[in-house]
Amino acid sequence: MRAWFFTETAYPYLPPQEEFESIRVQLPNRMFDPQRGADLYHRYIDEWLYAEECGLDIMLNEHHQTATCMDPAAPIMLGILARQTRTARLLLLGNPIANRRDPVRVAEEMAMVDVISRGRVEVGFVRGVPYEISAMNSKPVGMHERLWEAHDLILKAWTTHDGPFNWESEHFHHRQVNIWPRPWQQPHPPVWVTALSPGSIAPVADHHYVVATFLTGRDKTRDIFAAYRERRRAQGHGQPNNDRTAYAALVYTGETDAEGQAGAEKLMWYITHNKVPPHFSNPPGYNSVDAVVNVLRSGKSPYLFGNFSLDTLIEQGIVFAGSPDTVRRQIRRFYDDVGGFGHLLIMGQAGFLEHDETVTGIRLFGREVYPHLKELA
Amino acid sequence: MRDLPVDGGMLRVRGVELACRQVGHGPPLLVLHGGSGPTPGASYLAALAAHFTIILPTHPGFYGSPHHGRIRSVDDLAYLYLDLIDDYGLDGLTVMGFSMGGWLALEMATKTCARLERLLLVDAVGVKFADRETRQFPDIFAQAQDAVARLMFHDPARMTPDFAALSEDELAAFVTNREALIHYVWEPYLHNPKLLARLHRVKVPVTCIWGDSDGLATPNYGRQLAAALPDARFELIRQAGHAPQLEQPQAFVAAVLAACGGQPARVEP
Repeated sequence: MRAWFFTETAYPYLPPQEEFESIRVQLPNRMFDPQRGADLYHRYIDEWLYAEECGLDIMLNEHHQTATCMDPAAPIMLGILARQTRTARLLLLGNPIANRRDPVRVAEEMAMVDVISRGRVEVGFVRGVPYEISAMNSKPVGMHERLWEAHDLILKAWTTHDGPFNWESEHFHHRQVNIWPRPWQQPHPPVWVTALSPGSIAPVADHHYVVATFLTGRDKTRDIFAAYRERRRAQGHGQPNNDRTAYAALVYTGETDAEGQAGAEKLMWYITHNKVPPHFSNPPGYNSVDAVVNVLRSGKSPYLFGNFSLDTLIEQGIVFAGSPDTVRRQIRRFYDDVGGFGHLLIMGQAGFLEHDETVTGIRLFGREVYPHLKELA
Repeated sequence: MRDLPVDGGMLRVRGVELACRQVGHGPPLLVLHGGSGPTPGASYLAALAAHFTIILPTHPGFYGSPHHGRIRSVDDLAYLYLDLIDDYGLDGLTVMGFSMGGWLALEMATKTCARLERLLLVDAVGVKFADRETRQFPDIFAQAQDAVARLMFHDPARMTPDFAALSEDELAAFVTNREALIHYVWEPYLHNPKLLARLHRVKVPVTCIWGDSDGLATPNYGRQLAAALPDARFELIRQAGHAPQLEQPQAFVAAVLAACGGQPARVEP
């Protein structure tokens, strides 16, 4: 198993949640202090570099118009990390290509950073969370179709080396596509795609890409990974290796269980500070009709974990927290319950988990937990 | 007019399976629904069916009707319905469009008025007069349902569905219709930037029928639209919002009949 350290680069210095309607889309940016923001950027980069020192790989993502993530242009951060790191694999999970207007630009960005990093980039393609719809003026219906159409264009741009080609599809038109530089890795950097339900697994499995799932807990994760494996077998490819599956959880390792749980309580900022009204969390067309009917009936967002206790989240495998021994056992149990997986994406910093605490969590995980996970194939 | 070959609720138009109803007797009236979908059981339609042969299609995607890969915009819908009226020879046709359906009627008429008698635009969207930093129509996808209901209705408490009381199928229809609406109107939002410059091509008389409490397509916008058309009148319906046909069906039917040369309307200008 490989472990990837991830921080969503939050800007946590906000007024009480009662004082605003939404942490995303509409929160006025006068609440962002550029000086504090600069300090946070440098701190978060330092934490990624420390994770590399501890033998972990690095993951980053992007979100828009939100205090939960100060990285709306992840390729820029990826470029910084490509220069600042030496050994870590660099996973951008991901590029929201159903929302990006110009897939050729995405192909260029990823190829450029792949070359700067001498072939350490792993490229995620994601649909983007529903709150990105307004921020990127992206149509919430037909996103799946746009994502795969953009994917096809990006892959062709990466792998065409004998001069320009032209592209005129439903959503994208581009003449004389001929990217410089081409990627370092051949035929192209490894590709990851996120899936939050078994229903969207088929094209991911058919391309044999890494499927990544976020905070989906024990049962749903097992179903998603099982759907991937079943699809590979049904298409005559045999059982895929575990390196095709990735799971993201909140992870904090302390010296003791109490210390680990205290760290995890702070990480829970990530799920408790996500106040978003239904018109942004549930735009028409983003979720299935059945899911939206349930939302209308119950008045509850499909993304609410906010009321769950830490114990419940640990039981569901959404949080791994405690002493090194406890975290090891929790991950091992989760591994067995979901039929194995190959990549642990560690949300190891959020909210007010301070730098020293973050570094302690990374160090203890890297020294005391990770060596025992590496042997899990 | 002769009956349309509607089979199992479906009409074929150049390879597109179109959900469609035909009711009533008299000259043909094509009714183009707005973003909430068609309302075949509404009292205004029953009243108008005594005067017209009403053709009530469901735009592909609404109420779970089949999408067609070729029909992706209001412009595509305009060609679909022009094909329908050509292929089935609907001459002397009155086209009545609600909201997005009014926009659609304008798209059709700016292409050709060859078979058209008149247009009735009811709280129609589709034309942009405002500057680049002013929305012509509030973004209904960026506000809560109750706020949207206040924009849409004169009496939102009476007109808003109680989601808890709706059946599974009714809720699913509501959700499906919102998806279908976004399919057609997301960007540019509820309008075609080129339509204003094409309005001179509408060679038939137009009556703009408007709810005076409409907060989505305001009466002021409706008056601007009427003024931008070569031959248009503007009729206001009191105590109605974006859907006067539902909030004030009697006054609405009177206004339609008056516009079509029937009984004088009991509505004030």
